[in-house]
Amino acid sequence: MHISEGILSGPVLVSGIALAAAGTAIGLKKLDYDRIPQAAILSASFFVASLIHVPVGPSSVHLILNGIVGLLLGWGAVPAILVALTLQALFFQFGGITTLGVNTVTMALPAVLCYYLFGRMLHKNNSIALFGSFACGAFSVFLGAIMVGLALFFTEENFFKVSSLIVMAHLPVMVIEGIITALCVAFLKKVQPTLLPGYSGEKFDTKTTCPATTANAQEVIIDKGRGDVGKD
Amino acid sequence: MLEEPFATGHSHIHCLDPRLKVLFATVYSFVVALSDRFPSLFAALALSFLLIGLARLNIREVAKRVLIVNGLILLFWLVLPLTFEGVALFYLGPFEVTREGLLLSARITLKSNAILLAFVALIASTSIATLGHALNRLRMPEKMVHLLLLTYRYVFVIEQEYQRLVRATKIRGFRPRSNLHTYRTYAYLIGMLFVRASERAARVHRAMICRGFKGKFYCLREFSFSRLDFVWSAFMAIVVIGLVIVEWV
Repeated sequence: MHISEGILSGPVLVSGIALAAAGTAIGLKKLDYDRIPQAAILSASFFVASLIHVPVGPSSVHLILNGIVGLLLGWGAVPAILVALTLQALFFQFGGITTLGVNTVTMALPAVLCYYLFGRMLHKNNSIALFGSFACGAFSVFLGAIMVGLALFFTEENFFKVSSLIVMAHLPVMVIEGIITALCVAFLKKVQPTLLPGYSGEKFDTKTTCPATTANAQEVIIDKGRGDVGKD
Repeated sequence: MLEEPFATGHSHIHCLDPRLKVLFATVYSFVVALSDRFPSLFAALALSFLLIGLARLNIREVAKRVLIVNGLILLFWLVLPLTFEGVALFYLGPFEVTREGLLLSARITLKSNAILLAFVALIASTSIATLGHALNRLRMPEKMVHLLLLTYRYVFVIEQEYQRLVRATKIRGFRPRSNLHTYRTYAYLIGMLFVRASERAARVHRAMICRGFKGKFYCLREFSFSRLDFVWSAFMAIVVIGLVIVEWV
């Protein structure tokens, strides 16, 4: 969901930068230095996870996952997404300097909205939580696509058809992203509910998470991979 | 999988002060993005090619990036001339191809390529660690730089973690298809990535505290402005002023 360089008009670029700067300032303010490693490493996993291509029919889509990042980081998602996009520009040259603001806003604004809209639903009973997390994944992509469309439309009214094409192209991505978000949140609820917002059960810090719960769940899918302790 | 193919080299551009490169790339990108006249856009594209030439980068890698970006631009060429309102130039069956649509597509192509090439030559030719330090010296908020450098540091670790999870699924005979099983596997894989990431973050944080982390990020690197940098600043200033004159005067 990138807008490439050289397409948008000055006013759109500048408003994107202003909004992204304001959001980043709020996000940074809310992230104290103790949570920076958390945000950085989640931002790194967001970057890596967005490289995953998931098959849909004959083709494949790559995941965006801004909904989950919003749930996990709240306002901190804005600087985290900004950093992930910067790294994408640096590693692969997707996007660039002028569009960094607009691209951050199109992905981070839905993320923050999802945090407020769906964050509380996650710890309700299963069907509400399932609905909330599906809606979170789908809505974040849908809103992102709408914002890309609007950025193009504000640049040039004749971009309307391109904009609607982009929104349409994101409909299947929306569904996939919704399904993946719902399943992923269900997984996190079982494995490490403290990661999700509004967790009110047994209060234990993520720093002292009981290793037994995570270890059990890790076996569900994959190797235990404990060999990496101390590599930090 | 994650590489910085352009970051190493000994060309003039690689030796420049990274602060200068960041500043010039930013100003230049904005000037090009806001330009609309063809003479300035062609001039900008030529300049960007010149920068790529001066940076002596691996041409094949550069071509790969350029192809990807132009693949996206192809979409505009396919849609814009048909949907843009304006003077019809010729007809393709029932569709009319407008002059304005073609011109706009051409402008977008020139701008995108000029900005991309300059970005590759100037910014991708700097290692990300150096770039972080340069941003710090350019008075970027400390927390932001800290976040960028720490993310950069852990992207490789998380990527390895991801590869390990993928290997584990392959060994268990997982083949991605369009079904719920596939989506569930990916969702759990991503969830696991987040769980491991947060555990690692907690360990990193404890390790930082053990080493006396006091909530401040220190950047020890100093950059010096050499004679080469002065020559280049003059050149870059002339380039920007020239483009502005061609475009707006």
